[in-house]
Amino acid sequence: MLNMKNISITFNEGTLDEKNALQDINLHLKKGDFVTVIGSNGAGKSTLMNMISGSLKPDIGSVTIDNNDVTMLPEYKRSRYIGRVFQDPMAGTAPTMTIEENLAMAYSRNKKRSLKMGVGKKRKTIFKEHLETLHLGLENRLNAKVGMLSGGERQALSLLMATFTEPNILLLDEHTAALDPSRAELITNLTGEVVDQFGLTTLMVTHNMQQALDLGNRLIMMDKGQIILEVSGEEKQALTIEKLLQEFQRIRGKQMESDRAVLG
Amino acid sequence: MFISIFSAFEAGIIYALMALGVYLSFRILDFPDLTVDGSFVTGGAVAAISIVNGVPPVLATFYAFVAGFIAGMITGILNTKGKINPLLSGILMMIALYSINLRIMGKSNVALLNEPTIFRQMEGWWGSLGIDTALNNMLSALGVENVPSTWSVAIIMIIVTLAIKFLTDYFLKTEVGLALRATGDNEKMIRSFSANTDTLTIVGLGISNALVDLSGALIAQYGGFTDIGMGIGMIVIGLASVIIGEAIFGTKTIARTTLAVIGGAIVYRIVLTLALKIDFLEAGDTKLITAIIVIAALITPKIIAARKEATRKKKKRAMLASREEANHA
Repeated sequence: MLNMKNISITFNEGTLDEKNALQDINLHLKKGDFVTVIGSNGAGKSTLMNMISGSLKPDIGSVTIDNNDVTMLPEYKRSRYIGRVFQDPMAGTAPTMTIEENLAMAYSRNKKRSLKMGVGKKRKTIFKEHLETLHLGLENRLNAKVGMLSGGERQALSLLMATFTEPNILLLDEHTAALDPSRAELITNLTGEVVDQFGLTTLMVTHNMQQALDLGNRLIMMDKGQIILEVSGEEKQALTIEKLLQEFQRIRGKQMESDRAVLG
Repeated sequence: MFISIFSAFEAGIIYALMALGVYLSFRILDFPDLTVDGSFVTGGAVAAISIVNGVPPVLATFYAFVAGFIAGMITGILNTKGKINPLLSGILMMIALYSINLRIMGKSNVALLNEPTIFRQMEGWWGSLGIDTALNNMLSALGVENVPSTWSVAIIMIIVTLAIKFLTDYFLKTEVGLALRATGDNEKMIRSFSANTDTLTIVGLGISNALVDLSGALIAQYGGFTDIGMGIGMIVIGLASVIIGEAIFGTKTIARTTLAVIGGAIVYRIVLTLALKIDFLEAGDTKLITAIIVIAALITPKIIAARKEATRKKKKRAMLASREEANHA
Protein backbone atom coordinates (compact mmCIF):
# COMPACT_ATOMS: atom_id res chain seq x y z
CA MET A 1 0.00 0.00 0.00
CA LEU A 2 2.72 2.48 1.03
CA ASN A 3 6.23 2.20 -0.28
CA MET A 4 9.06 4.57 0.66
CA LYS A 5 12.31 3.96 -1.16
CA ASN A 6 15.72 5.42 -0.32
CA ILE A 7 14.23 8.59 1.14
CA SER A 8 16.77 11.19 2.23
CA ILE A 9 16.40 14.84 3.11
CA THR A 10 18.83 17.37 4.52
CA PHE A 11 17.73 20.67 6.09
CA ASN A 12 19.87 23.82 5.81
CA GLU A 13 22.44 22.07 3.65
CA GLY A 14 25.84 23.76 3.60
CA THR A 15 25.26 25.78 6.78
CA LEU A 16 26.24 25.22 10.40
CA ASP A 17 22.68 24.09 11.10
CA GLU A 18 22.86 21.32 8.53
CA LYS A 19 20.77 18.35 9.58
CA ASN A 20 20.26 15.00 7.91
CA ALA A 21 16.64 14.67 8.94
CA LEU A 22 16.11 11.41 7.09
CA GLN A 23 18.85 9.11 5.83
CA ASP A 24 18.05 6.45 3.28
CA ILE A 25 14.71 5.44 4.72
CA ASN A 26 13.08 2.32 3.29
CA LEU A 27 9.64 1.46 4.57
CA HIS A 28 6.98 -0.78 3.16
CA LEU A 29 3.46 -1.08 4.52
CA LYS A 30 1.13 -3.85 3.40
CA LYS A 31 -2.58 -3.21 3.25
CA GLY A 32 -3.98 -3.27 6.78
CA ASP A 33 -0.62 -2.78 8.48
CA PHE A 34 -0.72 -0.62 11.61
CA VAL A 35 2.75 0.69 12.36
CA THR A 36 3.61 2.65 15.49
CA VAL A 37 6.64 4.93 15.30
CA ILE A 38 8.66 5.87 18.37
CA GLY A 39 11.89 7.77 18.90
CA SER A 40 13.30 10.72 20.78
CA ASN A 41 12.80 14.36 19.78
CA GLY A 42 14.51 15.17 16.52
CA ALA A 43 14.71 11.53 15.50
CA GLY A 44 12.88 12.26 12.25
CA LYS A 45 9.39 10.95 13.08
CA SER A 46 7.56 14.10 12.07
CA THR A 47 9.73 14.52 8.99
CA LEU A 48 8.77 10.99 8.01
CA MET A 49 5.07 11.87 8.37
CA ASN A 50 5.45 15.08 6.40
CA MET A 51 7.23 13.16 3.68
CA ILE A 52 4.23 10.86 3.31
CA SER A 53 1.62 13.63 3.57
CA GLY A 54 3.44 15.73 0.99
CA SER A 55 4.13 18.82 3.07
CA LEU A 56 7.81 17.97 2.49
CA LYS A 57 9.43 16.60 -0.66
CA PRO A 58 12.49 14.33 -0.42
CA ASP A 59 15.92 15.30 -1.79
CA ILE A 60 16.21 11.78 -3.17
CA GLY A 61 13.99 8.73 -3.08
CA SER A 62 10.37 8.01 -3.95
CA VAL A 63 7.01 7.57 -2.25
CA THR A 64 4.39 5.25 -3.75
CA ILE A 65 0.84 4.86 -2.50
CA ASP A 66 -1.24 2.00 -3.87
CA ASN A 67 1.13 1.74 -6.86
CA ASN A 68 0.86 5.47 -7.69
CA ASP A 69 4.10 7.41 -7.55
CA VAL A 70 3.13 10.45 -5.48
CA THR A 71 6.64 11.79 -4.77
CA MET A 72 6.08 15.04 -6.63
CA LEU A 73 2.33 15.38 -6.02
CA PRO A 74 1.41 18.51 -4.00
CA GLU A 75 -0.05 18.03 -0.55
CA TYR A 76 -3.67 18.79 -1.48
CA LYS A 77 -3.67 16.24 -4.31
CA ARG A 78 -2.03 13.60 -2.19
CA SER A 79 -4.61 13.97 0.52
CA ARG A 80 -7.02 12.09 -1.75
CA TYR A 81 -5.18 9.00 -0.55
CA ILE A 82 -4.40 10.11 2.98
CA GLY A 83 -6.35 10.78 6.16
CA ARG A 84 -4.53 12.74 8.85
CA VAL A 85 -4.98 13.57 12.51
CA PHE A 86 -2.67 16.20 13.98
CA GLN A 87 -1.28 16.59 17.48
CA ASP A 88 -3.09 19.88 18.09
CA PRO A 89 -6.83 19.21 18.59
CA MET A 90 -7.48 22.63 17.00
CA ALA A 91 -5.64 21.72 13.80
CA GLY A 92 -7.96 19.09 12.37
CA THR A 93 -11.26 20.97 12.33
CA ALA A 94 -12.61 24.39 11.28
CA PRO A 95 -13.75 26.12 14.53
CA THR A 96 -16.27 28.64 13.14
CA MET A 97 -18.11 25.97 11.15
CA THR A 98 -20.62 23.44 12.44
CA ILE A 99 -20.03 19.74 13.10
CA GLU A 100 -22.03 18.74 10.04
CA GLU A 101 -20.19 21.24 7.84
CA ASN A 102 -16.86 19.91 9.04
CA LEU A 103 -17.97 16.36 8.29
CA ALA A 104 -19.19 17.46 4.85
CA MET A 105 -15.76 18.87 4.03
CA ALA A 106 -14.11 15.65 5.14
CA TYR A 107 -16.66 13.69 3.11
CA SER A 108 -15.44 15.46 -0.06
CA ARG A 109 -11.82 14.40 0.52
CA ASN A 110 -11.73 11.80 -2.23
CA LYS A 111 -14.36 13.38 -4.48
CA LYS A 112 -14.52 16.41 -6.71
CA ARG A 113 -16.16 19.38 -4.96
CA SER A 114 -19.23 20.68 -6.76
CA LEU A 115 -21.81 23.43 -6.38
CA LYS A 116 -24.23 21.05 -4.69
CA MET A 117 -25.23 21.59 -1.09
CA GLY A 118 -22.52 20.33 1.24
CA VAL A 119 -24.97 19.02 3.85
CA GLY A 120 -28.00 17.26 2.40
CA LYS A 121 -30.62 15.10 4.09
CA LYS A 122 -28.97 11.87 2.99
CA ARG A 123 -25.59 13.00 4.25
CA LYS A 124 -27.02 14.09 7.58
CA THR A 125 -28.14 10.50 8.22
CA ILE A 126 -24.71 9.18 7.26
CA PHE A 127 -23.00 11.72 9.53
CA LYS A 128 -25.28 10.88 12.43
CA GLU A 129 -24.59 7.17 12.10
CA HIS A 130 -20.86 7.77 12.13
CA LEU A 131 -21.01 10.22 15.05
CA GLU A 132 -22.91 7.64 17.10
CA THR A 133 -19.87 5.36 16.98
CA LEU A 134 -17.96 7.97 19.04
CA HIS A 135 -20.43 7.68 21.97
CA LEU A 136 -20.00 11.37 22.78
CA GLY A 137 -23.53 12.48 21.92
CA LEU A 138 -22.24 14.63 19.07
CA GLU A 139 -24.93 13.17 16.80
CA ASN A 140 -27.42 15.43 18.61
CA ARG A 141 -25.30 18.55 18.11
CA LEU A 142 -24.87 18.57 14.32
CA ASN A 143 -25.40 22.34 14.18
CA ALA A 144 -23.01 23.21 17.02
CA LYS A 145 -19.91 25.19 16.06
CA VAL A 146 -16.84 23.01 16.42
CA GLY A 147 -15.05 25.80 18.32
CA MET A 148 -17.46 25.15 21.21
CA LEU A 149 -16.35 21.53 21.64
CA SER A 150 -13.74 20.40 24.16
CA GLY A 151 -10.27 19.32 23.02
CA GLY A 152 -11.15 15.64 23.42
CA GLU A 153 -14.39 15.98 21.46
CA ARG A 154 -12.60 17.88 18.70
CA GLN A 155 -9.91 15.25 18.47
CA ALA A 156 -12.52 12.46 18.33
CA LEU A 157 -14.26 14.37 15.55
CA SER A 158 -10.93 14.87 13.74
CA LEU A 159 -10.31 11.14 13.97
CA LEU A 160 -13.74 10.38 12.53
CA MET A 161 -13.28 12.97 9.76
CA ALA A 162 -9.92 11.48 8.81
CA THR A 163 -11.16 7.91 8.71
CA PHE A 164 -14.80 7.61 7.65
CA THR A 165 -13.97 8.05 3.97
CA GLU A 166 -11.61 5.07 4.28
CA PRO A 167 -8.31 6.60 3.14
CA ASN A 168 -5.58 4.38 1.68
CA ILE A 169 -3.24 5.59 4.42
CA LEU A 170 -4.04 6.98 7.85
CA LEU A 171 -1.41 9.20 9.48
CA LEU A 172 -1.65 9.88 13.21
CA ASP A 173 0.86 12.44 14.45
CA GLU A 174 0.98 12.13 18.27
CA HIS A 175 -2.74 12.67 18.15
CA THR A 176 -3.30 11.97 21.85
CA ALA A 177 -0.30 13.91 23.18
CA ALA A 178 -2.19 17.14 23.89
CA LEU A 179 -5.06 15.52 25.79
CA ASP A 180 -5.51 14.69 29.48
CA PRO A 181 -4.95 11.00 30.38
CA SER A 182 -8.61 9.94 30.35
CA ARG A 183 -9.37 11.66 27.05
CA ALA A 184 -6.15 10.29 25.59
CA GLU A 185 -7.27 6.80 26.54
CA LEU A 186 -10.65 7.37 24.92
CA ILE A 187 -9.03 8.51 21.68
CA THR A 188 -6.57 5.62 21.79
CA ASN A 189 -9.43 3.13 22.12
CA LEU A 190 -11.41 4.84 19.37
CA THR A 191 -8.35 4.72 17.14
CA GLY A 192 -8.06 0.96 17.61
CA GLU A 193 -11.78 0.50 16.87
CA VAL A 194 -11.84 2.68 13.76
CA VAL A 195 -8.70 1.19 12.27
CA ASP A 196 -10.12 -2.30 12.80
CA GLN A 197 -13.53 -1.36 11.45
CA PHE A 198 -12.21 -0.06 8.14
CA GLY A 199 -9.02 -2.16 8.00
CA LEU A 200 -6.97 1.01 7.52
CA THR A 201 -3.29 1.02 6.71
CA THR A 202 -1.97 3.21 9.50
CA LEU A 203 1.19 4.97 10.61
CA MET A 204 1.10 6.41 14.12
CA VAL A 205 3.79 8.54 15.73
CA THR A 206 3.73 8.52 19.51
CA HIS A 207 5.83 9.44 22.52
CA ASN A 208 3.87 7.07 24.68
CA MET A 209 5.67 3.71 24.66
CA GLN A 210 2.73 1.85 26.18
CA GLN A 211 0.47 3.15 23.41
CA ALA A 212 3.03 2.10 20.83
CA LEU A 213 2.98 -1.42 22.25
CA ASP A 214 -0.80 -1.65 22.69
CA LEU A 215 -1.75 -0.56 19.21
CA GLY A 216 -0.77 -1.98 15.86
CA ASN A 217 0.94 -5.02 14.46
CA ARG A 218 4.31 -3.43 13.75
CA LEU A 219 6.62 -1.04 15.57
CA ILE A 220 9.57 0.97 14.34
CA MET A 221 12.04 2.99 16.35
CA MET A 222 13.80 5.96 14.81
CA ASP A 223 16.96 7.79 15.76
CA LYS A 224 18.99 10.46 13.97
CA GLY A 225 16.97 10.15 10.78
CA GLN A 226 17.23 6.39 10.55
CA ILE A 227 15.03 3.43 11.39
CA ILE A 228 17.07 1.62 14.01
CA LEU A 229 14.61 -1.05 15.06
CA GLU A 230 11.74 -2.91 13.43
CA VAL A 231 9.54 -5.38 15.26
CA SER A 232 6.36 -7.04 14.07
CA GLY A 233 3.85 -9.80 14.73
CA GLU A 234 4.40 -12.06 17.72
CA GLU A 235 7.72 -10.49 18.49
CA LYS A 236 5.94 -7.16 18.97
CA GLN A 237 3.26 -8.72 21.17
CA ALA A 238 5.95 -10.09 23.46
CA LEU A 239 7.60 -6.69 23.74
CA THR A 240 7.54 -4.67 26.97
CA ILE A 241 8.63 -1.13 27.69
CA GLU A 242 11.64 -2.45 29.58
CA LYS A 243 12.77 -4.62 26.69
CA LEU A 244 12.27 -1.72 24.33
CA LEU A 245 14.46 0.55 26.43
CA GLN A 246 17.12 -2.13 26.72
CA GLU A 247 17.07 -2.62 22.99
CA PHE A 248 17.41 1.13 22.48
CA GLN A 249 20.37 1.28 24.87
CA ARG A 250 21.98 -1.67 23.10
CA ILE A 251 21.70 -0.12 19.64
CA ARG A 252 22.61 3.37 20.76
CA GLY A 253 25.50 1.98 22.79
CA LYS A 254 26.90 0.23 19.76
CA GLN A 255 26.56 3.39 17.78
CA MET A 256 28.35 5.35 20.45
CA GLU A 257 31.15 2.81 20.39
CA SER A 258 31.48 3.07 16.65
CA ASP A 259 31.36 6.87 16.93
CA ARG A 260 34.18 6.69 19.44
CA ALA A 261 36.13 4.44 17.08
CA VAL A 262 35.72 6.92 14.27
CA LEU A 263 36.72 9.85 16.43
CA GLY A 264 39.72 7.82 17.58
CA MET B 1 -35.17 65.34 6.11
CA PHE B 2 -37.10 62.35 4.79
CA ILE B 3 -35.66 62.86 1.31
CA SER B 4 -32.06 62.91 2.50
CA ILE B 5 -32.56 59.75 4.57
CA PHE B 6 -34.28 58.17 1.60
CA SER B 7 -31.31 58.95 -0.68
CA ALA B 8 -28.96 57.65 1.99
CA PHE B 9 -30.95 54.41 1.95
CA GLU B 10 -30.74 54.22 -1.86
CA ALA B 11 -26.98 54.74 -1.85
CA GLY B 12 -26.61 52.39 1.12
CA ILE B 13 -28.27 49.48 -0.58
CA ILE B 14 -26.05 49.93 -3.65
CA TYR B 15 -22.92 50.16 -1.46
CA ALA B 16 -24.19 47.03 0.32
CA LEU B 17 -22.97 44.97 -2.65
CA MET B 18 -19.47 46.34 -2.07
CA ALA B 19 -19.83 45.55 1.63
CA LEU B 20 -20.79 41.96 0.77
CA GLY B 21 -17.62 41.74 -1.31
CA VAL B 22 -15.54 43.04 1.58
CA TYR B 23 -17.29 40.55 3.89
CA LEU B 24 -16.23 37.70 1.59
CA SER B 25 -12.57 38.68 1.61
CA PHE B 26 -12.26 40.11 5.11
CA ARG B 27 -14.38 37.65 7.09
CA ILE B 28 -14.79 34.50 5.01
CA LEU B 29 -11.27 34.30 3.56
CA ASP B 30 -9.68 36.20 6.47
CA PHE B 31 -7.86 38.24 3.82
CA PRO B 32 -7.71 42.03 4.39
CA ASP B 33 -7.97 42.89 0.71
CA LEU B 34 -7.13 46.52 -0.08
CA THR B 35 -7.69 45.95 -3.81
CA VAL B 36 -11.17 47.32 -3.15
CA ASP B 37 -10.08 50.99 -3.26
CA GLY B 38 -8.88 50.48 -6.83
CA SER B 39 -11.36 47.95 -8.11
CA PHE B 40 -14.42 49.95 -7.01
CA VAL B 41 -13.31 52.68 -9.44
CA THR B 42 -12.54 50.05 -12.08
CA GLY B 43 -16.18 49.01 -11.90
CA GLY B 44 -17.34 52.59 -12.37
CA ALA B 45 -14.80 53.25 -15.11
CA VAL B 46 -15.59 50.14 -17.16
CA ALA B 47 -19.34 50.75 -16.89
CA ALA B 48 -19.10 54.48 -17.69
CA ILE B 49 -16.81 54.10 -20.70
CA SER B 50 -18.88 51.21 -22.05
CA ILE B 51 -22.11 53.20 -21.73
CA VAL B 52 -20.55 56.31 -23.32
CA ASN B 53 -19.51 54.09 -26.22
CA GLY B 54 -23.04 52.81 -26.73
CA VAL B 55 -23.00 49.50 -24.83
CA PRO B 56 -26.40 48.77 -23.24
CA PRO B 57 -26.20 49.63 -19.49
CA VAL B 58 -26.99 46.08 -18.31
CA LEU B 59 -24.17 44.67 -20.42
CA ALA B 60 -21.83 47.50 -19.34
CA THR B 61 -22.57 46.62 -15.71
CA PHE B 62 -21.79 42.99 -16.44
CA TYR B 63 -18.43 44.03 -17.99
CA ALA B 64 -17.64 45.83 -14.73
CA PHE B 65 -18.48 42.66 -12.80
CA VAL B 66 -16.03 40.65 -14.95
CA ALA B 67 -13.33 43.33 -14.63
CA GLY B 68 -13.61 43.11 -10.85
CA PHE B 69 -13.35 39.33 -10.96
CA ILE B 70 -10.10 39.60 -12.92
CA ALA B 71 -8.66 42.28 -10.62
CA GLY B 72 -9.43 40.16 -7.55
CA MET B 73 -7.93 37.07 -9.14
CA ILE B 74 -4.69 38.93 -9.80
CA THR B 75 -4.45 39.92 -6.14
CA GLY B 76 -5.06 36.27 -5.27
CA ILE B 77 -2.36 35.09 -7.66
CA LEU B 78 0.13 37.61 -6.21
CA ASN B 79 -0.61 36.25 -2.74
CA THR B 80 -0.73 32.51 -3.41
CA LYS B 81 1.66 31.98 -6.30
CA GLY B 82 3.91 34.98 -5.70
CA LYS B 83 3.89 34.34 -1.92
CA ILE B 84 3.37 38.06 -1.27
CA ASN B 85 1.78 39.01 2.05
CA PRO B 86 -2.01 39.57 1.74
CA LEU B 87 -1.94 43.26 2.71
CA LEU B 88 0.89 44.00 0.32
CA SER B 89 -0.73 42.08 -2.56
CA GLY B 90 -3.84 44.21 -2.14
CA ILE B 91 -1.92 47.48 -1.88
CA LEU B 92 0.12 46.68 -4.99
CA MET B 93 -3.02 45.87 -6.94
CA MET B 94 -4.77 48.98 -5.64
CA ILE B 95 -1.97 51.27 -6.79
CA ALA B 96 -1.67 49.48 -10.13
CA LEU B 97 -5.40 49.86 -10.69
CA TYR B 98 -5.17 53.64 -10.20
CA SER B 99 -3.19 53.91 -13.43
CA ILE B 100 -5.27 51.26 -15.16
CA ASN B 101 -8.46 53.13 -14.25
CA LEU B 102 -7.04 56.35 -15.71
CA ARG B 103 -6.21 54.43 -18.89
CA ILE B 104 -9.71 52.99 -19.07
CA MET B 105 -11.36 56.38 -18.61
CA GLY B 106 -8.80 58.40 -20.58
CA LYS B 107 -9.32 61.27 -18.13
CA SER B 108 -10.02 61.59 -14.43
CA ASN B 109 -13.78 62.01 -14.69
CA VAL B 110 -16.42 60.57 -17.02
CA ALA B 111 -19.92 62.06 -16.86
CA LEU B 112 -23.06 60.04 -17.63
CA LEU B 113 -25.44 62.98 -17.51
CA ASN B 114 -27.13 62.46 -20.84
CA GLU B 115 -26.44 58.77 -21.20
CA PRO B 116 -28.84 55.89 -20.60
CA THR B 117 -28.23 54.11 -17.30
CA ILE B 118 -29.84 51.03 -15.78
CA PHE B 119 -31.84 53.22 -13.44
CA ARG B 120 -33.07 55.64 -16.15
CA GLN B 121 -34.11 52.71 -18.31
CA MET B 122 -36.06 51.24 -15.43
CA GLU B 123 -37.74 54.50 -14.55
CA GLY B 124 -40.00 54.59 -17.64
CA TRP B 125 -41.18 51.04 -17.12
CA TRP B 126 -41.50 51.63 -13.40
CA GLY B 127 -43.61 54.77 -13.88
CA SER B 128 -46.15 52.80 -15.87
CA LEU B 129 -46.72 50.52 -12.84
CA GLY B 130 -48.12 53.39 -10.76
CA ILE B 131 -46.48 52.17 -7.55
CA ASP B 132 -44.82 55.57 -6.94
CA THR B 133 -48.11 57.42 -6.67
CA ALA B 134 -49.51 54.81 -4.33
CA LEU B 135 -46.48 54.90 -2.01
CA ASN B 136 -46.23 58.69 -2.10
CA ASN B 137 -49.93 59.07 -1.31
CA MET B 138 -49.33 56.86 1.68
CA LEU B 139 -46.42 59.05 2.79
CA SER B 140 -48.45 62.22 2.36
CA ALA B 141 -51.18 60.68 4.45
CA LEU B 142 -48.52 60.10 7.15
CA GLY B 143 -47.68 63.79 7.02
CA VAL B 144 -44.40 63.67 5.02
CA GLU B 145 -44.20 66.83 2.93
CA ASN B 146 -41.42 66.15 0.41
CA VAL B 147 -41.92 62.79 -1.24
CA PRO B 148 -39.27 61.02 -3.39
CA SER B 149 -39.57 61.52 -7.16
CA THR B 150 -39.18 57.79 -7.76
CA TRP B 151 -39.05 54.60 -5.74
CA SER B 152 -37.61 52.60 -8.63
CA VAL B 153 -33.96 52.76 -7.52
CA ALA B 154 -34.72 51.76 -3.96
CA ILE B 155 -37.03 48.89 -4.80
CA ILE B 156 -35.04 47.51 -7.70
CA MET B 157 -31.85 47.63 -5.64
CA ILE B 158 -33.55 45.88 -2.73
CA ILE B 159 -34.46 43.06 -5.11
CA VAL B 160 -31.00 42.91 -6.73
CA THR B 161 -29.10 43.08 -3.44
CA LEU B 162 -31.27 40.48 -1.75
CA ALA B 163 -30.96 38.18 -4.77
CA ILE B 164 -27.17 38.43 -4.55
CA LYS B 165 -27.33 37.89 -0.80
CA PHE B 166 -29.31 34.67 -1.24
CA LEU B 167 -26.96 33.46 -3.99
CA THR B 168 -24.00 34.15 -1.68
CA ASP B 169 -25.70 32.31 1.19
CA TYR B 170 -26.33 29.33 -1.04
CA PHE B 171 -22.83 29.34 -2.49
CA LEU B 172 -21.23 29.37 0.96
CA LYS B 173 -23.14 26.18 1.80
CA THR B 174 -22.11 24.24 -1.30
CA GLU B 175 -19.18 21.84 -1.23
CA VAL B 176 -16.95 24.47 -2.84
CA GLY B 177 -18.34 27.16 -0.54
CA LEU B 178 -17.58 25.11 2.56
CA ALA B 179 -14.01 24.62 1.37
CA LEU B 180 -13.75 28.36 0.73
CA ARG B 181 -14.87 29.14 4.27
CA ALA B 182 -12.47 26.59 5.70
CA THR B 183 -9.63 28.22 3.73
CA GLY B 184 -10.16 31.32 5.84
CA ASP B 185 -10.81 29.34 9.02
CA ASN B 186 -8.21 26.56 9.04
CA GLU B 187 -6.13 26.35 5.89
CA LYS B 188 -3.98 23.44 7.05
CA MET B 189 -7.05 21.36 7.80
CA ILE B 190 -8.86 21.88 4.51
CA ARG B 191 -5.67 21.17 2.57
CA SER B 192 -5.52 17.81 4.33
CA PHE B 193 -8.99 17.18 2.87
CA SER B 194 -7.72 17.64 -0.68
CA ALA B 195 -8.81 21.22 -1.30
CA ASN B 196 -6.55 23.44 -3.39
CA THR B 197 -6.44 26.46 -1.10
CA ASP B 198 -4.55 28.56 -3.67
CA THR B 199 -7.33 28.23 -6.24
CA LEU B 200 -9.98 28.84 -3.59
CA THR B 201 -8.27 32.04 -2.44
CA ILE B 202 -7.94 33.27 -6.03
CA VAL B 203 -11.56 32.52 -6.90
CA GLY B 204 -12.79 33.90 -3.56
CA LEU B 205 -11.02 37.22 -4.10
CA GLY B 206 -12.34 37.23 -7.66
CA ILE B 207 -15.94 36.95 -6.48
CA SER B 208 -15.33 39.51 -3.75
CA ASN B 209 -13.99 42.12 -6.17
CA ALA B 210 -16.62 41.28 -8.77
CA LEU B 211 -19.24 42.39 -6.23
CA VAL B 212 -17.21 45.49 -5.40
CA ASP B 213 -17.04 46.42 -9.10
CA LEU B 214 -20.72 45.72 -9.59
CA SER B 215 -21.37 48.17 -6.77
CA GLY B 216 -18.97 50.71 -8.36
CA ALA B 217 -20.73 50.38 -11.71
CA LEU B 218 -24.14 50.94 -10.13
CA ILE B 219 -22.95 53.89 -8.02
CA ALA B 220 -21.54 55.50 -11.17
CA GLN B 221 -24.90 55.12 -12.90
CA TYR B 222 -26.79 56.27 -9.83
CA GLY B 223 -24.62 59.37 -9.34
CA GLY B 224 -24.19 60.09 -13.06
CA PHE B 225 -20.38 60.05 -13.17
CA THR B 226 -17.23 58.08 -12.46
CA ASP B 227 -14.33 59.85 -10.80
CA ILE B 228 -10.79 58.54 -10.36
CA GLY B 229 -10.94 59.46 -6.66
CA MET B 230 -14.26 57.82 -5.83
CA GLY B 231 -12.62 54.69 -4.44
CA ILE B 232 -10.48 56.42 -1.81
CA GLY B 233 -11.21 54.89 1.58
CA MET B 234 -13.69 52.44 0.07
CA ILE B 235 -12.18 49.51 2.00
CA VAL B 236 -12.79 51.39 5.26
CA ILE B 237 -16.40 52.05 4.27
CA GLY B 238 -16.76 48.35 3.47
CA LEU B 239 -15.25 47.38 6.81
CA ALA B 240 -17.45 49.95 8.55
CA SER B 241 -20.53 48.32 7.01
CA VAL B 242 -19.41 44.83 7.99
CA ILE B 243 -18.50 45.80 11.55
CA ILE B 244 -21.56 48.00 12.18
CA GLY B 245 -23.84 45.35 10.69
CA GLU B 246 -22.36 42.53 12.74
CA ALA B 247 -22.53 44.62 15.92
CA ILE B 248 -26.17 45.59 15.43
CA PHE B 249 -27.72 42.59 13.72
CA GLY B 250 -25.59 39.65 14.89
CA THR B 251 -23.64 36.85 13.24
CA LYS B 252 -25.38 33.68 14.32
CA THR B 253 -25.57 32.12 10.85
CA ILE B 254 -24.19 32.99 7.44
CA ALA B 255 -27.61 34.13 6.21
CA ARG B 256 -27.99 36.37 9.25
CA THR B 257 -24.52 37.85 8.80
CA THR B 258 -24.93 38.70 5.11
CA LEU B 259 -28.20 40.42 5.96
CA ALA B 260 -26.40 42.22 8.79
CA VAL B 261 -23.72 43.44 6.36
CA ILE B 262 -26.38 44.88 4.04
CA GLY B 263 -28.05 46.51 7.03
CA GLY B 264 -24.68 47.84 8.16
CA ALA B 265 -24.08 49.50 4.78
CA ILE B 266 -27.45 51.26 4.97
CA VAL B 267 -27.03 52.31 8.60
CA TYR B 268 -23.58 53.69 7.80
CA ARG B 269 -24.97 55.88 4.98
CA ILE B 270 -27.79 57.17 7.15
CA VAL B 271 -25.49 57.96 10.08
CA LEU B 272 -23.12 59.75 7.71
CA THR B 273 -25.95 61.78 6.19
CA LEU B 274 -27.25 62.78 9.61
CA ALA B 275 -23.75 63.71 10.75
CA LEU B 276 -23.28 65.97 7.75
CA LYS B 277 -26.49 67.77 8.71
CA ILE B 278 -24.59 69.24 11.64
CA ASP B 279 -23.68 72.82 10.60
CA PHE B 280 -20.16 72.59 11.89
CA LEU B 281 -19.29 69.60 9.64
CA GLU B 282 -18.72 69.79 5.87
CA ALA B 283 -18.43 67.29 3.01
CA GLY B 284 -14.65 67.15 3.36
CA ASP B 285 -15.05 65.70 6.84
CA THR B 286 -16.65 62.51 5.46
CA LYS B 287 -13.56 60.34 5.88
CA LEU B 288 -12.98 61.56 9.43
CA ILE B 289 -16.60 60.82 10.31
CA THR B 290 -16.22 57.36 8.73
CA ALA B 291 -13.18 56.64 10.86
CA ILE B 292 -15.03 57.75 14.00
CA ILE B 293 -18.06 55.60 13.12
CA VAL B 294 -15.83 52.53 12.68
CA ILE B 295 -13.99 53.21 15.93
CA ALA B 296 -17.32 53.61 17.73
CA ALA B 297 -18.65 50.38 16.22
CA LEU B 298 -15.50 48.54 17.32
CA ILE B 299 -15.35 49.89 20.85
CA THR B 300 -19.01 50.21 21.89
CA PRO B 301 -19.81 46.46 21.96
CA LYS B 302 -16.75 45.90 24.19
CA ILE B 303 -17.83 48.63 26.60
CA ILE B 304 -21.35 47.23 26.72
CA ALA B 305 -20.05 43.70 27.35
CA ALA B 306 -17.73 44.95 30.11
CA ARG B 307 -20.61 46.85 31.77
CA LYS B 308 -22.81 43.76 31.66
CA GLU B 309 -20.07 41.63 33.14
CA ALA B 310 -19.50 44.17 35.91
CA THR B 311 -23.20 44.32 36.88
CA ARG B 312 -23.39 40.52 36.80
CA LYS B 313 -20.49 40.23 39.27
CA LYS B 314 -21.88 43.02 41.44
CA LYS B 315 -25.23 41.25 41.67
CA LYS B 316 -23.57 37.97 42.55
CA ARG B 317 -21.54 39.60 45.32
CA ALA B 318 -24.57 41.44 46.66
CA MET B 319 -26.52 38.20 46.74
CA LEU B 320 -23.75 36.42 48.61
CA ALA B 321 -23.46 39.28 51.10
CA SER B 322 -27.19 39.34 51.83
CA ARG B 323 -27.20 35.58 52.27
CA GLU B 324 -24.37 35.82 54.79
CA GLU B 325 -26.21 38.54 56.64
CA ALA B 326 -29.27 36.35 56.79
CA ASN B 327 -27.16 33.51 58.19
CA HIS B 328 -25.75 35.74 60.89
CA ALA B 329 -29.22 36.88 61.86
